[in-house]
Amino acid sequence: MSVHIVPLKIYFAIFASLMILTTVTVVVAYYDLGPLNTVVALLIAVVKATLVILYFMHVRYSPSLTKLVVAGSFLWLAIMLSITMMDYVSRGW
Amino acid sequence: MSTLTAPTVPVETQEHYLNSNYGIRSWLLTVDHKRIALLYLASITLFFFLGGFFAVLIRLELLTPQGDMVQSETYNKLFTMHGIIMIIFFLIPAIPAVLGNFLVPMMVGAKDLAFPRINLLSWYIYILGGLISLGSIVVGGVDTGWTFYTPYSSTYSNSYVIAAGLGIFVAGFSSILTGLNFIVTIHKMRAPGLTWFRLPLFIWAHYATALIQILATPVLAITIVLLALERGFHIGIFDPNLGGDPVLFQHLFWFYSHPAVYIMILPGMGIISELISCFSRKYVFGYHFIAFSSLGIAVLGFLVWGHHLFVSGQSAYAGLIFSVLSFLVAIPSAIKVFNWTATLYKGSISYQAPMLYAFGFIGLFAIGGLTGLFLAALGLDVHLHDTYFVVAHFHYIMVGGTVMAYLGGMHFWWPKMTGRMYPEGWARFSALVVFIGFNLTFLPQFILGYLGMPRRYHAYPPEFQVLNVMSTAGASILGVGYLLPMIYFLWSLKYGPLAGPNPWGATGLEWRTASPPPTANFKEVPIVTEEPYEYSIREIKVV
Amino acid sequence: MSDMHSAAQPSHLTHHFDTVEQQRDSASLGMWVFLAQEVMFFGGMFLAYLIYRSSYPSAFAEGSHHLDVVLGGINTAILIGSSLTMALAVYGAQTGRRGMLVLCLLATMALGLAFLGIKAVEYHHKYVDKLIPGMAFSYPGPNGNHVQLFFGLYFAMTGMHALHMVIGIALLVWLINDARKGRFTPEYHSHIEIFGLYWHFVDIVWIFLFPLLYLIGRHAGTGGAH
Repeated sequence: MSVHIVPLKIYFAIFASLMILTTVTVVVAYYDLGPLNTVVALLIAVVKATLVILYFMHVRYSPSLTKLVVAGSFLWLAIMLSITMMDYVSRGW
Repeated sequence: MSTLTAPTVPVETQEHYLNSNYGIRSWLLTVDHKRIALLYLASITLFFFLGGFFAVLIRLELLTPQGDMVQSETYNKLFTMHGIIMIIFFLIPAIPAVLGNFLVPMMVGAKDLAFPRINLLSWYIYILGGLISLGSIVVGGVDTGWTFYTPYSSTYSNSYVIAAGLGIFVAGFSSILTGLNFIVTIHKMRAPGLTWFRLPLFIWAHYATALIQILATPVLAITIVLLALERGFHIGIFDPNLGGDPVLFQHLFWFYSHPAVYIMILPGMGIISELISCFSRKYVFGYHFIAFSSLGIAVLGFLVWGHHLFVSGQSAYAGLIFSVLSFLVAIPSAIKVFNWTATLYKGSISYQAPMLYAFGFIGLFAIGGLTGLFLAALGLDVHLHDTYFVVAHFHYIMVGGTVMAYLGGMHFWWPKMTGRMYPEGWARFSALVVFIGFNLTFLPQFILGYLGMPRRYHAYPPEFQVLNVMSTAGASILGVGYLLPMIYFLWSLKYGPLAGPNPWGATGLEWRTASPPPTANFKEVPIVTEEPYEYSIREIKVV
Repeated sequence: MSDMHSAAQPSHLTHHFDTVEQQRDSASLGMWVFLAQEVMFFGGMFLAYLIYRSSYPSAFAEGSHHLDVVLGGINTAILIGSSLTMALAVYGAQTGRRGMLVLCLLATMALGLAFLGIKAVEYHHKYVDKLIPGMAFSYPGPNGNHVQLFFGLYFAMTGMHALHMVIGIALLVWLINDARKGRFTPEYHSHIEIFGLYWHFVDIVWIFLFPLLYLIGRHAGTGGAH
């Protein structure tokens, strides 16, 4: 694992971004965007999670094996969710 | 080649992992992977015989068509406990936690696993899970089947569902920690020169298994949590009266439990690769194919769980897709069988006990695997689901496959673990008894299932009795076959001839150190310069 | 047993590793692999959520309106703040600033406790309103069962999350104690780093839980007091 020391100002910048994104997600929730409400909320959550993973968890500066483990775990979650949903979605066909 | 002469320094005066320390604390507080492997060996053997005891009761009941030995509620508990104990407390941990724990560090040239204390913790967690499950048996048992289907398990069963579930939940973490340890060890602790494609296939198999343990087991854990919440608080998640879907439980359950069967078989396949090459004196044909097929089985194995849900109410379209994927997952397994066969071709074959078990594995696994394809076909499964055909199918793989591989591996590495040879004549005889007993037990069950006998019933139409009696007779022979190694292995500890470092003349780093090995495994860090399986019949590499 | 380490190797190098780098890399990979299984663990509940929310969207929106966005939002900010303080703690360890390390670990713990305190308040409100399944749950109207599903998942998911926070806080006590004794140096602070990974993971779970539980269909209802 790298001994890369992330500069303090990056940490504060990420923190600020996360707070802003949190505010945005709450505010947007009160506007009617139809089905997009959920999409936007999830997108913002994904961006926030990505920031935490890349910078707070140092994945940006980590070896590729770490990145593979991160990607793999979310891929596996996606597999579980999507294949199960395939059943529910197609029950009425 | 094979040496049974005494080593130059008598074993009694060598220091090794068994005599480096005495006393119960040195065992219960050990961090030596080899001692932990033996702790696991003792406990899984106990669970094996306990699970076997329930099997005996089942087969005794099924001698007669009437349900006359036990009540049906009791019978439900018998097959449930048989399944839970055999799967969770024997098959899942057996090869990885005994042979894997002992050999993985040695095969990669390391002094121990990456996290020795977590290794010990995993054993204690296993024991805790086992005690909780035993407790649930003692207080009355659970009768839902090892599959715990809702809404029976969540609403209607009056048995100890949460207690049994808790035992399984706890044991699951033992499996996760073992997998975690193996992954990190294999990535980070290989000896100099030991590149990925110089690793023994045993390691590839355990690596693939560890991936499954990490990604699948937590889903079982959360499923048990949700089941407990449903049972305790009636949140409605699996209750159709409250808007829930009982099939959701099946999705969650089988998302783990299907990959779990690959946790049970992959390590066995890893053993077979080692045995076939050693006893053919030949490189493993298609090493890369076997290595990648292990990963392929691990990955594809996650995509097929819905074949357990064909008749559950799952959509037909999902069933279609799961059926096709289930056919695909047979391919990497078939690749292995073909490669093992090709390894045998023009090899210099000898028929010691480990090899007999390996032969048995290949034939019985092939039958078990092929009958899986029958079940993967949607139309056929409608008739075969919940019949004895399914029971026979999975016992061919779990017993004809995994247990045979486990026994083969135990015989092969017994001299390494104990410094003693087992008696070869008795071992070959036992292998034969196991093979005959096994087939007599389970072959009739394919026919019974095809004829329509349902599983999990303690009574059946009288025309099925002959086949059931054959099956029970086979089971008693099988039991003898399992008892014999217990006896002669124990006998060999005191009276077996001393084995040297490499009685089989096998390749692999574990054979380059003493038997039994010193606590640190190697006197010096091994440096690897050879390809794997450099036996007398070598692979001809074209530049 | 031969000694494979020269006398120059640091004391924190355990016997089975050859170098400090190997030990550190292994610890890090080990924690990441553990987090991978945690993703699948929480994932099972997210699956149940996905299925039932898509089956009963209006009931889920109704249930969501009974959650307090203000408290939930404050908690989100608190957790993000605790991730900042945890990252700063790692920085302190990396740069040998023991005071900063201890202070930031303490801040992380304080924020974690604040989070749990607010959750306790929220849970209490739900108890008073009879919205806890299995504890005299009562919800008028035709959607009652489906709203109960929402709350069952709410408590299961936030409860499991809170349990992970409790474990994290307990570990923090231990780490703070060790940090105060000067156990961590720029060369050796694996425990701080890998605990940080765990803590950030727990934060990420909440980053998803908050919008999925608190912000469903908010444009339709009121801001949702307790």
